[in-house]
Amino acid sequence: MTDHLLDVNDLRVSFRTEEGVVHAVDGVSFHVDPGEVLAIVGESGSGKSVTGMTLMGLTRSPNSYFEGSATLEGKELVTASDAELRRIRGAEIAMVFQDPMTALNPVQHIGDQIVEQIRAHDSRISKAAALDRAVELMERVGVPRAKERLRSYPHEFSGGMRQRVMIAMALSNSPKLLIADEPTTALDVTIQAQILEEIRQLRTEMNAGVILVTHDLGVVADVADRIAVMYSGRIVEQGTLDELFYDPQHPYTWGLLGSITRIDRDRPGRLPAIAGLPPSLLDPPQGCHFRPRCPHEFDRCAEVPALEERSGAPGHCDRCWLSPEDKRRLRVVGEDGQIGLDAKEAPVA
Amino acid sequence: MSATTTNGAPEPGAPASSGATPLLEVDHLKLYFPIKRGVIIDRTVGHVHAVDDVSLSLNEGETLGIVGESGCGKTTLSRSIVRLLEPTGGTIRFRGQDITKSGRRELAPVRRQLQMVFQDPQASLNPRKRVGQIVAAPLKLHREDGHDIESRVRDLLARVGLNPEHINRFPHEFSGGQRQRIGIARALAVSPSLIMLDEPVSALDVSIQAQVINLLDDLQDEFRLSYVFVAHDLSVVRHVSDRIAVMYLGKIVEQSPSEELYTKPIHPYTTALLGAIPIPDPKENRARRRLVVEGEPPNPINPPPGCRFHTRCPRATELCKQLEPQLTEYANGHVAACHHPMNVTPEEIRAARRSPLSPVSAPDQLPASTPPPAP
Repeated sequence: MTDHLLDVNDLRVSFRTEEGVVHAVDGVSFHVDPGEVLAIVGESGSGKSVTGMTLMGLTRSPNSYFEGSATLEGKELVTASDAELRRIRGAEIAMVFQDPMTALNPVQHIGDQIVEQIRAHDSRISKAAALDRAVELMERVGVPRAKERLRSYPHEFSGGMRQRVMIAMALSNSPKLLIADEPTTALDVTIQAQILEEIRQLRTEMNAGVILVTHDLGVVADVADRIAVMYSGRIVEQGTLDELFYDPQHPYTWGLLGSITRIDRDRPGRLPAIAGLPPSLLDPPQGCHFRPRCPHEFDRCAEVPALEERSGAPGHCDRCWLSPEDKRRLRVVGEDGQIGLDAKEAPVA
Repeated sequence: MSATTTNGAPEPGAPASSGATPLLEVDHLKLYFPIKRGVIIDRTVGHVHAVDDVSLSLNEGETLGIVGESGCGKTTLSRSIVRLLEPTGGTIRFRGQDITKSGRRELAPVRRQLQMVFQDPQASLNPRKRVGQIVAAPLKLHREDGHDIESRVRDLLARVGLNPEHINRFPHEFSGGQRQRIGIARALAVSPSLIMLDEPVSALDVSIQAQVINLLDDLQDEFRLSYVFVAHDLSVVRHVSDRIAVMYLGKIVEQSPSEELYTKPIHPYTTALLGAIPIPDPKENRARRRLVVEGEPPNPINPPPGCRFHTRCPRATELCKQLEPQLTEYANGHVAACHHPMNVTPEEIRAARRSPLSPVSAPDQLPASTPPPAP
């Protein structure tokens, strides 16, 4: 089990709120190997960001509860002390956040922020050497005139440049695992293409494992090796890129694939949308969480299906009781073999 | 959405030549934001050229998509059309009536016809008002209090897929997609003929996006609405639009019937935008040759001379740095502003002519029919 870079096993995260206990992450298991990009895909509120942040210890608070385990090269992260976590954070696991404006300190020079991170994990390096390293890192992620820009503030940078600075900071201590939480969501498509290219290069050059948290299946198809689809706190399907796109097993995955607007296909008269809304995590439905929105549900769905290999391909797991034959038949909605979820009429919200 | 070809076949791309008055005409619209410095005396030290000589038109029942990256002026354009911002120059005509300089009173009946849905449903709904009050506000403003407002509001809520029982709830009790539906119900309240949609689905999750797009589609058919759909996402825009205009740094660089933009992009910027979109299909993605544009859009305070895209364009030549390209009209009402157009034959270029939508500042010059030297 411990031969993976990161091994997450039945991780559960819940938060106590005024309205009740929110089970944000409800038994999630996955692993990441060096040089591999795992995409965690899901809609807002599915628990994908909480999963990423928990690995960094960023969800710790008096109101949060954790179960299960997450180990990085055998070291337990969930129960690690704050001091241990401080050593790991930024050095072994680094994170790139969605909004680079709020993730950077607005009143500190960019250069100083990178230097701070370098020196936090290497007390012997001189300030001058750390500054040189900062320039080197910024050039590497494509910030032009890096030396002049050391003394710039974040507001003087464009969104794309800020995100490059974030990536430079994340790389400053050559982490083994990079967690990128919606790294391109706030960026324009032409800039997004540049940043994704950057992430692809880093993965091969540094042989780091990458967890890419995103809602955009286009981005996933572009950079990921494996995908975990999350819905309402659980992973509902997990497999390689091609398995998920060409042999999806879970109705929610069909729905996601079906409802995206695409530029490479004839436009359908009507987008096949998933009916209804995701359930409240305060009071999730019994059994399969997708049941209330699923047109294919039947009585067995009252029981939670385990995440198991059901399609026949090793490593391709899902949480759906339908037989693989039924799945392959039911997921086809268009005449040309298009995958989607044949929605029931949308219930009044 | 359906382009209703009622009488004969009105050429959708060529508004100037068609007989019937278009619903909306925008002529050489400019909007510059002044940059002020100084403590006591406000000196204007420069201008942000947010919208710089943009012309477009929209027919009844049609959807015009406007796409571009952040800062290209698409939102400013949509806001100035409904006169939420004061244009610096140019004219806006709604059903033939010039509304560029109309005062409040004159504008009131026009505003009824011209509603807006904003990007962020959270920020555009008053958090202290109940949904019923929010949706009823336009009715009260336009003095429709004669008949039963509440039943009208309930009908509207049901029409956009919300539970009419929730009329007394506050916006925070709804999800993002539901809030956007409230915004749409509010826009529909006074039975407008044109709705400006400013990034109406970009804040929503994909499955909810599809629901809202389908709703907009149904409403258009039912109420014969026209839409101006502003968005940064080319795949969403394609799904809803009859025609699409691509903006870059305050100018329209290409305008074409919706499908043609994707199969036959003429401007290199459009090609770059299309190439940058990752396709949600791993095999096609790997097979695709991509044109990745380097750099970022220049500052709109000091836009580059000549073609505004020349600083990032792989096909740029000396000509592009000096001469602003005119909008050239090709077949099918496909219009593009480029000296070195892509996907067109020399014959098509010879048959092309200057489009009346061209900026005034662009000299009269057709593109060269020989391709530029390889970069």
